[in-house]
Amino acid sequence: MGKRVAKEVSIAVADAVAQCKVDVVSAYPITPQTHIVEHLADLVNNGELDAEYIPVESEHAAMSACIGAAATGARTFTSTAAQGLLFMYEMLPIASAFRLPIVMVIANRAISAPISIWNDHGDVMTMRDLGWIQTFAENGQEAVDLVYHAYRVAEKAMLPVAVNLDGFIVTHVVEPVELLDQELVDKYIPPLKMKHKLDPKKPITIGAIGVPEIYTEARKAQDEAFKASYKVVVKAWQEFEKISGRRYQPIETYKMEDAEVALVIMGSLAETAMNTVDALREKGKKVGLIRIRLWRPFPTQDFIKALGKVKAITVFDRALSHGATGGPVGIEVRSALYQSNKRPKVLNLIGALGGRDVTTEDFEELFDRTFSFIKAKPRFAYEIFGAKE
Amino acid sequence: MRPELAKFKGLNIKELPKEDWIAPGHRACQGCGTVLPLKLALKVLGPNTIAVSSTGCMEIITSPFPFTSWKIPWIHVAFENSATVASGIDSAIKALKRKGKIPKREKINIVVFAGDGATFDIGLQFVSGALERGHNFIYICLDNEAYMNTGVQRSGGTPFLAHTTTSPAGKVIHGNITWKKNLDGIIAAHNIPYFATASPAFYMDYMNKVKKASLVEGPAFIHVYSPCPTGWGSKGEDTIKLCKLIVETRIFPLYEVIDGKYYILNRKVDKPKPVEEYLKLQRRFRHLKPEEIEMIQKRVNEDYERIAKMCEVFAPPKD
Ligand SMILES: Cc1ncc(C[n+]2csc(CCOP(=O)(O)OP(=O)(O)O)c2C)c(N)n1
Ligand code: SF4
Repeated sequence: MGKRVAKEVSIAVADAVAQCKVDVVSAYPITPQTHIVEHLADLVNNGELDAEYIPVESEHAAMSACIGAAATGARTFTSTAAQGLLFMYEMLPIASAFRLPIVMVIANRAISAPISIWNDHGDVMTMRDLGWIQTFAENGQEAVDLVYHAYRVAEKAMLPVAVNLDGFIVTHVVEPVELLDQELVDKYIPPLKMKHKLDPKKPITIGAIGVPEIYTEARKAQDEAFKASYKVVVKAWQEFEKISGRRYQPIETYKMEDAEVALVIMGSLAETAMNTVDALREKGKKVGLIRIRLWRPFPTQDFIKALGKVKAITVFDRALSHGATGGPVGIEVRSALYQSNKRPKVLNLIGALGGRDVTTEDFEELFDRTFSFIKAKPRFAYEIFGAKE
Repeated sequence: MRPELAKFKGLNIKELPKEDWIAPGHRACQGCGTVLPLKLALKVLGPNTIAVSSTGCMEIITSPFPFTSWKIPWIHVAFENSATVASGIDSAIKALKRKGKIPKREKINIVVFAGDGATFDIGLQFVSGALERGHNFIYICLDNEAYMNTGVQRSGGTPFLAHTTTSPAGKVIHGNITWKKNLDGIIAAHNIPYFATASPAFYMDYMNKVKKASLVEGPAFIHVYSPCPTGWGSKGEDTIKLCKLIVETRIFPLYEVIDGKYYILNRKVDKPKPVEEYLKLQRRFRHLKPEEIEMIQKRVNEDYERIAKMCEVFAPPKD
C-alpha cells in the first residue's frame, strides 16, 4: 500500500500523471490549473519523468499537440480551465471522434465575463456533448484516483477522458493523499498499444472528409463506442478497488436508504452537503445526498436506482444554461425521470457560481425547501440561488 | 554554414524514385498547381514520412472517405493547427524513440502541407509557436493566394488589387487593397535552420529544397507558389507558364535563408519580364488600370532588390 502524505492536490495529481508514465505533456497556464502543469514541467526537467513537455503558445495548441502525439501512439496529458477550455473547444470533438485516449484534468473555473478565477462548473458544461468521458472528483484522494482511472478507461475505451476538479477548493488544498505504489500503477495501466496510429510501416489516413453518405454512420459508430464506455468505466473502478481498496461508482449516495428528500450535486460541495445531512439526520429529518461522479456517459440506471424512495429532490447546478428548462444537470435529471416510473418532484437551483460560498446553513435551507416542495406546485424551471437583489 | 547543407550536392534526377506516394485520381481541378508540390515533395521524402494537412483544397481533394490518395500515414485535424499537430507528432516520436518503442535510428520525416490562409492568417500563431519551439518538421506552405476551398476569398497572401469574392474589383474599391503579407520575413525572423521559396516549374530547385529541409535538424519552411486556375481565372495549361513567369518577373524571387542569417539567391533575374506579362494571364487582374500595374511593378522591383541585397550582404561564408 502506498503512503498517505500531506500534499497540495495539484501536486498529487501531477505526481499521479507522472506515475502513469505519460510520454507527452502539452499545456498552457491558467489559474487554477497552473500548479499541476508546473509540477509536471519540474518532474520532466529534473529527469524524474521521461516525457516531452511541449510549452505551447495556447490551449488550442495544447490540445492540437496532444492530438498529434496521441495519434502517433504516445500517452498524453493536458490540463486547463475556463477560458482555456473554451479556447481549446474546436479541438475537443476532434479528439473524441478520432478515438484518441487523451487525458485532461479540468480545474473547474467560472467563465468570463465578468472574468473570475473562482470555481463553478460553467466551463466544463460547455463540452458536455462532445464525446468526452467525464468524471468529477470530490476531494484530493478522489482526484488522484480518477487520474489513474482516466488512463485505464481512455486506453480501454479508446476515448478521451476529462477529470474535473473544483478550482482552488480541490486543486489548492493540502490534504493527506495516498498515491498508489508504482508497481500497482504499472499493472493497472500497462504500456499503451494503439491498433491504429501514424506509422510509416502501416500507413493510415486520419481525418478524412466525411461526405453526407457516411457522416451519420461515422457519428453513430462513435456514439456506440461512447455508450459502451460505461461498462469500461465501471469495470475500471472495480479493478481499481482490487488494487487500492478504494471503491468508486458512477453515482455515490449518502444516507439515501430511507431518505424522503435528497440533494443532487457534483464535485466538492458534496462534502459540505454531507455535513448538513448529518446535522439534519440528528434532528430526525430524513434527508440524503446523491453525488454524480460519472457525468458522461450519464449513468441513468444508477441514478434512478439511487433515488430510493425520495419524494422530492433538489438538483443543485453550478452552471447556467441561459433560457433553458434548467441547469445542465437539472435538465439531464428531469429527462431521465421522464422515462422512469419514479417521479420525485424536482427543484432545480443554480448556485455557487464564480466561487460564491455555499454554507451548511444554505444547504439546510435547501433541504427545507425540498421538503416543502414535496407538496408544492412546480413553478419555476430553474432559479438562481443566493443572488442578492 | 550548416555542414549537412554544405555537404549536400543536389539530387540526381536519374536517381529519383519512379514511385509516387500520392496516388493519381485525386479530385483537384485540371491544371491545379497546388497539388503538384505535394507529389514532388513526397518523391523526395519517400515512404518514411508522416504528412499533416490543414483544412483546404488539398485536404478535400485527397481524402473523400472511403478513398484516400495518401500512401503514407496522413492526418488532417483542422484548418489552423497543422504546425502544432506536427509538434505533437515530433514530440511523440522523440519520447517513443527514447523509450525504445520506435527504433532509435529510424528516420521519420514529418511534413505539413498547409494553404496560405492556414498559414498567413488563422494559423500564424500556431506556426510561430512550433517554429520557436524548434520541432523537427518540414512546413510546406502551398500559396495559391486566397482561400480556395471556401470559394476564393482574400487571404493575407492575396496580392495587391487581385479580385476575390471578399475583395471584389468594384467600382469604388478596386480589388484587394492590401499588399501581400511579408510572411517570408516573419518566418525567417524565427531564425529557423532552413527557409526557402520555391516554384514548381523549377522542380529540381524545389525538390532539392525539400531534401535540404529534411536534412536539417529542427524546423524547415518552404513557401511554394501554387497556381489555382479556378480561383485565378487562368487557363489550366498556363499553370507551368505562370510558375516560370512569377520568377522571371521578379515577383517571387527564389531564395533560401539559413538559420535566419545567411541569404542565398537561387536565381538571379537580370533581365526581368514586365509584371504585366504575368498579370494578363489571370482574370483576377483584368480590371487593372495601367497606373495600377505601374504601382505593382514598382513594388516588385523594390522587393526583389531588397532580397537580392540581403543575399549579397548576408551570403554564407565560403568555406
Ligand atoms: C476555424 C475554421 N474557420 C474556417 C474554416 C473554413 N475553411 C475551410 S478551408 C478554408 C480556406 C482554406 O484556405 P487556404 O488555407 O488558403 O487553402 P486552399 O483551400 O486555398 O488550398 C476555410 C476558410 C474552417 N474549416 N475552420
Ligand atoms: S480550386 Fe484551385 S487549388 Fe483547389 S483544387 Fe482547384 S485548382 Fe487546385
